[in-house]
Amino acid sequence: MLPTKILEVLGISSPDELFDEIPEAARVKGLDLPCGLTEYELKAEIDAILSRNKTMDDMPSFLGGGVYRHFTPALVNEVLSRSEFYTAYTPYQPEASQGMLQALFEYQSFMSELTGMDAVNSSMYDWSTALGEAALMCSRIRHGSKFLIARSVSPERKAVLKTYLRGIDAKIQEVSFDRTSGRLDINDLRSKLGEDVFGVYLENPNYFGVLEEEVDEISSSIGETPFVVGADPLSLAIIRPPSDYGADIVIGEGHHFGTAPNFGGPLLGVFGCRKEHIRKMPGRIIGSTVDAAGRMAFCMTLQTREQHIRRDKATSNICTNEALMAVAANAYLATLGRDKLIAIANLNVEKAAELSQRISKIDGFESPVFKSSHFNEFTMRCPRPVEAVSKTLLGHGVLGGISLKQDFPELGEAMLLAVSELHTGRDFEAIVKGLEAK
Amino acid sequence: MMTYRQASYDEPLLFDLDSIETCGEDILPSTKIPDKLRRKSLDIPNLPEREVMKHFLRLSQMNFSVDSGFYPLGSCTMKYNPKINEQIARDGRAAFIHPKQDESTVQGALQIMYELEGMLRVIGGVDAITLQPAAGAHGEFTGLQIVRAYHEDRGEHRKEVIVPDTAHGTNPASAAMVGFDVIELPSKNGRIDCDALRSIVGSNTAALMLTNPNTLGMFEKEVLEVAKIVHDAGALLYYDGANFNAILGRTNPGKMNFDIVHFNLHKTFSTPHGGGGPGAGPIGVRKELEPYLPVPRIVKKGDRYGLSYGHPKSIGKVRAYYGNFGILLRAYAYIKSTGGDGLCEVSTRAVANSNYLRKRLESTLELPFGGKRMHEFVLSGDKLKEKGIRTLDMAKRMLDYGVHAPTIYFPLIVGEAIMIEPTETESVQTLDGFVSVIESIISEPAETVRTAPHNTSVRRIDEVKAARDLIFNFKSLVEQRQREKERKGSAGS
Repeated sequence: MLPTKILEVLGISSPDELFDEIPEAARVKGLDLPCGLTEYELKAEIDAILSRNKTMDDMPSFLGGGVYRHFTPALVNEVLSRSEFYTAYTPYQPEASQGMLQALFEYQSFMSELTGMDAVNSSMYDWSTALGEAALMCSRIRHGSKFLIARSVSPERKAVLKTYLRGIDAKIQEVSFDRTSGRLDINDLRSKLGEDVFGVYLENPNYFGVLEEEVDEISSSIGETPFVVGADPLSLAIIRPPSDYGADIVIGEGHHFGTAPNFGGPLLGVFGCRKEHIRKMPGRIIGSTVDAAGRMAFCMTLQTREQHIRRDKATSNICTNEALMAVAANAYLATLGRDKLIAIANLNVEKAAELSQRISKIDGFESPVFKSSHFNEFTMRCPRPVEAVSKTLLGHGVLGGISLKQDFPELGEAMLLAVSELHTGRDFEAIVKGLEAK
Repeated sequence: MMTYRQASYDEPLLFDLDSIETCGEDILPSTKIPDKLRRKSLDIPNLPEREVMKHFLRLSQMNFSVDSGFYPLGSCTMKYNPKINEQIARDGRAAFIHPKQDESTVQGALQIMYELEGMLRVIGGVDAITLQPAAGAHGEFTGLQIVRAYHEDRGEHRKEVIVPDTAHGTNPASAAMVGFDVIELPSKNGRIDCDALRSIVGSNTAALMLTNPNTLGMFEKEVLEVAKIVHDAGALLYYDGANFNAILGRTNPGKMNFDIVHFNLHKTFSTPHGGGGPGAGPIGVRKELEPYLPVPRIVKKGDRYGLSYGHPKSIGKVRAYYGNFGILLRAYAYIKSTGGDGLCEVSTRAVANSNYLRKRLESTLELPFGGKRMHEFVLSGDKLKEKGIRTLDMAKRMLDYGVHAPTIYFPLIVGEAIMIEPTETESVQTLDGFVSVIESIISEPAETVRTAPHNTSVRRIDEVKAARDLIFNFKSLVEQRQREKERKGSAGS
């Protein structure tokens, strides 16, 4: 029922009159959906459905590949629960939205420090769409028909890149990795570079968790061609920032700075670039300025790149982004600080190496497959079909890693395992026991 | 009318706070990192938790939100977000699941997605859904990829997408991103001009993108004729679902003969906007377009749910994994708790609230193209110029009354546009309060309005300086401070 006052002011007797411009032939009578549930009914119903999930809390998990479970300080959830943040819209009226704007400026500052990029935008949907947008941005920097990517890039991201490049009819060409080290084959890279290449994309650590040590050689081979580097920002606490080795654009996934895996979304696409490319960059960016009284203030800036101003000439169509995830990342980094961030990154390296070492002692298993330094992930080769190994692990209450068999058949029965600071000795024993079982 | 003051703390940046002095040895990167890759320095402060919490709490208090007050931001559907949905989405059994887990361990998540697809099919009058797109614009991108694949599959390379001049900016931007040329269709009296459409549609037309009601809040009465013109030319009709709140249970895109539709779950389906995101932009399509939907699809066999990848005509993937699950779950909970009848009441009240405000304001400010409106309406602030103020000034002054400003200067065809969308969750009392605010502002001295806002955490912001200085992070800000200090120093000597 509508309030009488509304009916009176509008001079109508039925709300149907408000909809009489809808042509008869296009009308529907209501929605064929069940009646609404009360709050307690809803809670009970969803509770029953969610209990059909087994979580990374219920079972030790070694799944990674771009989405990771890391420790979240309690403070982050407190910040995310502030409805002043989560029920706000994009800060179109900066005077009333300084809180969000400052938080995003701080996020940009943290990410600039980690990546070494002059400008980091206030988020993309995820790492994969950041890659798609980065490739499109390269095509605005340099003409060409070919985008080179390392074969050792996440298959999930490759698939998304393919969709994004359809709009400019560009080809993707893969650069192989060295079978022993797992690192980029620089000779193959050199042979594929040329006038028709408008960008090169490398991940470091790559999809196999391997650290690309020859980045300086790679960078000098690439020369003037736009160079995009993908990195887990946690690794950048202890690894040289890609700006150091010539990256023009740095992208990555930042959801694990303060938020859960959430079945793969929402995530946080990190996107930064060098100053000379800023006007070609996609996404919203927050700049610092002053108010009429000369006090420090923040607002969205360079909006003339964006869809609501530039329409079909915009650098991207992105509007809604992942701002709240960026606030979480800001709160996460602020809470941990430099020392704890480095300590956590170190723990990831040490623990991954420890597990890899333990697996290498199990009869028939080869680990790591690649003789290189790793960050938080590594590959192992199994003596049995990888599906069977996953199944046995599940039977032992362990979520094993991601199978590489379909995307990298050349590696045989290989599995990608992710380790974090949260893994305990008991988790390691559980997976070792599961691998030992036949 | 309330006296409003937003918190104002002069809160320093995190990097301006005192870092804890660490005693003992510096923490260095692991020796397992090869020398030539090891990071040499990391300039991030170590802060006490007490300072960090204070900082973020203060920032939150300097941020206007739906929970703080009226937020009539046209086109954005800033409705209240029921708290139970937040509680559900933050449940560990929803949060701590990995997208690559064995399907047998994520049956609950898959069930929710499968059932949400079913509900959106009913609401949209479409045959198949993908939940993958992360936002409305991403839904447009996905839909237009499908348009492209559909035509290419038929051996046609249609290059043009038609977009009305009242369209959201994302429409032309998405079309360009998928490789189409954008043709702008001028409107007539605020609506689509079928004759103009007939004159530009042809064998090179891939699709027409339309939002109905349009961005003026006007229902496109000739939508069925529009559909016929587009389909007769062999093109597809795309529905921008940003304004879905107006039509729930009254009509649907399928019934209006659209072929593809996106849903903004963060608008109509009440998931919070997060200060800009995350959102979710599922799309729905007619049966003949189903083969082109992104993979994986969510399937049900017997009582088991699963992911299906084997669809050779699929456009592929538009993002990693399956969609913004945390947002999908909130929308699922919203639709479940609101129910079919409740959703019909949503559109009824949203349209009634909008018309009530329109009626009460149209004599104070000008309503171009007269008549009734759907869930939102656009006024022109041209008349304000007589008083020496502009729409921008009025918008800034509204902030002083604890009300968020409407969308301004959009759509572009209305001079000094003020786009107001009250949504269904606001009371008559709130709407009356908003009318009083506008009346009060108009009666105030122009100088007060021109220099607004006065009661927000900062005064009017110099956006031109931001675009000139290009300071995007703390490091650049410090350099700027240094330069200014040196300039002052040399000026003083």
